[in-house]
Amino acid sequence: MLRELRPAILVLVLLTLITGLAYPLAMTAIAGMIFPKQAQGSLIEKGGKVIGSALIGQEFKQDKYFHGRPSATSGPDPADSTKIVSAPYNAANSSGSNLGPTSKALNDRIREDVEKLKAENPKATVPVDLVTTSGSGLDPDISPEAALFQVPRVAKVRNMPEDRIRALVTENTKDRFVGLLGEPRVNVLALNLALDAAGPK
Amino acid sequence: MTAIGWFQIILFCAIIVALAKPLGWYMTRIFNGERTFLSPVLRPVEAGLYWIGGVDEKREQHWLTYAVAMLLFHVGGFLILYALMRLQAVLPLNPQEMSAVAPDLAFNTAISFITNTNWQNYGGESTLSYLVQMLGLTHQNFLSAATGIALAVAMIRGFSRSSMRTIGNFWVDVTRCTLYVLLPICVVYTLFLVWQGMPQTLQPYVDATTLEGAKQTIAVGPVASQVAIKMLGTNGGGFFNANAAHPFENPTALSNFIQMLSIFAIGAALTNVFGRMVGDQRQGWAILAVMGVLFFAGVAVTYWAEAGGTTALSSLGLTGGNMEGKEVRFGIVASSLFAVITTAASCGAVNAMHDSFTALGGMIPLINIQLGEIIIGGVGAGLYGMLLFVVLAIFVAGLMVGRTPEYAGKKIEAREVKMAMLAILILPLMILGWTAVAVVYPPAVASMANSGPHGFTEVLYAFSSATGNNGSAFGGLTGNTFFYNLTLASSMFVGRFLMIIPAMALAGSLAAKKSIAPSAGTLPTTGGLFVGLVVGVILIIGGLTFFPALALGPIVEHLAGNANTLF
Repeated sequence: MLRELRPAILVLVLLTLITGLAYPLAMTAIAGMIFPKQAQGSLIEKGGKVIGSALIGQEFKQDKYFHGRPSATSGPDPADSTKIVSAPYNAANSSGSNLGPTSKALNDRIREDVEKLKAENPKATVPVDLVTTSGSGLDPDISPEAALFQVPRVAKVRNMPEDRIRALVTENTKDRFVGLLGEPRVNVLALNLALDAAGPK
Repeated sequence: MTAIGWFQIILFCAIIVALAKPLGWYMTRIFNGERTFLSPVLRPVEAGLYWIGGVDEKREQHWLTYAVAMLLFHVGGFLILYALMRLQAVLPLNPQEMSAVAPDLAFNTAISFITNTNWQNYGGESTLSYLVQMLGLTHQNFLSAATGIALAVAMIRGFSRSSMRTIGNFWVDVTRCTLYVLLPICVVYTLFLVWQGMPQTLQPYVDATTLEGAKQTIAVGPVASQVAIKMLGTNGGGFFNANAAHPFENPTALSNFIQMLSIFAIGAALTNVFGRMVGDQRQGWAILAVMGVLFFAGVAVTYWAEAGGTTALSSLGLTGGNMEGKEVRFGIVASSLFAVITTAASCGAVNAMHDSFTALGGMIPLINIQLGEIIIGGVGAGLYGMLLFVVLAIFVAGLMVGRTPEYAGKKIEAREVKMAMLAILILPLMILGWTAVAVVYPPAVASMANSGPHGFTEVLYAFSSATGNNGSAFGGLTGNTFFYNLTLASSMFVGRFLMIIPAMALAGSLAAKKSIAPSAGTLPTTGGLFVGLVVGVILIIGGLTFFPALALGPIVEHLAGNANTLF
């Protein structure tokens, strides 16, 4: 058995260096050359400043913007860093709500959100993704229905015709991959950037 | 449920079956020590490793030596990983200045990664430095996966060899698996993932100013290189806390589909390796068929349950299924499929939060784990786990017809059945035992995030996942406490190694036996009857063992939920 000690140390150390250092560092170098944008996190810059990542959702509260899904992420309280408080779209601490199907807390939260949205747009059905939190708390997308639901509000605040806004939603809707995989979706940040670029008339 | 949803499920199954044969052919060559197209590049590296490590690749090992080598390898892996986490504050590649990981959490995480569980009591982006993610976690992702595959191959040799004392050389099997199977696939796979949008950088986290003027810190890092092996090796430990639900860890529907394929690819191909090594590929297809039947049934239930949503949601006028804890780009079908795949295999990566699944939708992942993760299973672990059930099924069939049971030319006798039972009994012992302790120990009860039956399911899921070396979670449970760090670590350790040792003893005892030619009295093990028999044995053993616990958790929650009773 003692003769197994030498490989247990040396084979282990060598394989550790190959798989734990050589491999990830080589991949970092190669990926940085071939796909520099993605490797850095698909960052979007505006006027020389990073305004976010194309893949990471961010919080939108103002009425003039399309809103993303509710987010269950948390973070340290800015006033007292020993306390953890709700911090939606905290991209340094991804998390879902982890509330179960028979959770009263979850049901109360959803009911409140449904009522708010019904008041905003009484005619349409409330899309389920707009009142449920995502797995990561950083979902960059909403369903096309959830975007269309918000068109009347955005149009009113921006004083733009609804058709114009609706056209922007359609332009920013991505279909399933080759029509088969995943679900149709709208990237909220991309849509809001397009909205700002279109400007109020 | 939609037609396009079912199409995605069927397409997935078809690709896995199509991959099994070529990948099985390649892996058989690797473990038989034959040359491959990668040999000109990799053979010098391999030979160098043996030379420095003092490995004589021609010298084979008795099952006991093989098992001891495997254990020593893991002691070393544990020490490296534990030390890295405790010392990360003073080591390089720590741009976010993470402080040392607490001793109990470091202990839990180190056990978790050497056992191929990858339970996440740590939150990747908020706890670990880049160095620990690479040198600690990525390396164990490789080595625990390579170990699992090596052990499965050793077990197969038990069946395929006749009157031999040895079952292979552990060092050679692990080295060849890492160099020829895992690394080359991961290199290509990593680049694909980066192309899809996964970060691969050593730069610190990015500070962004959002459109509304708020500050958003975006965690990045060497993600893709770790995710590639995390999926391929059925490890499942996330770079980020939200695992494959995080847009950086699973950016698109395509990356999601490929990740699902990579969870199953090696495990499914190992059934073909088994068939090839015992000299009849149909033996491998029969095992894959057993796995396929159980898998498809699980997917159908979870997809149906998640697409149906809950009474609580529909009473608020919401349609479109249960989207709580799911990402829009995956939707109901890709989230349901992923959940069943990750628990059928012992991967444990998640692209949606299982804790927020419907009662029945979340019960299927739980059952998959409790059956022993033999539906494809963890790379290697799934196959040797399944072979234990096959031994039992053959034994039961032999009792029914009154003949000596045989499988793949080997007589199954008392010693084999004892070893198989010993390995299988580990699951209920750790899962039900620790769950019982946790639900009467107040500090453990306080960790539950949900009340009512769902809180119980959180605990049951945690110990199932740890013992089965899965690593997925009903994530609401606060696992990073002294009690859970230690009890879950013990479950992971026992669930891995106390299953491996009887399995290796079984392999050794089979290898020593003579192979006998099938006679008229031999039960054919390639047909539908055999498949049905094994499925039956698996469901009866799993069902009888875990049904009472499931009745207290997801089943009662389902009934309460239908009556719109909330907790």
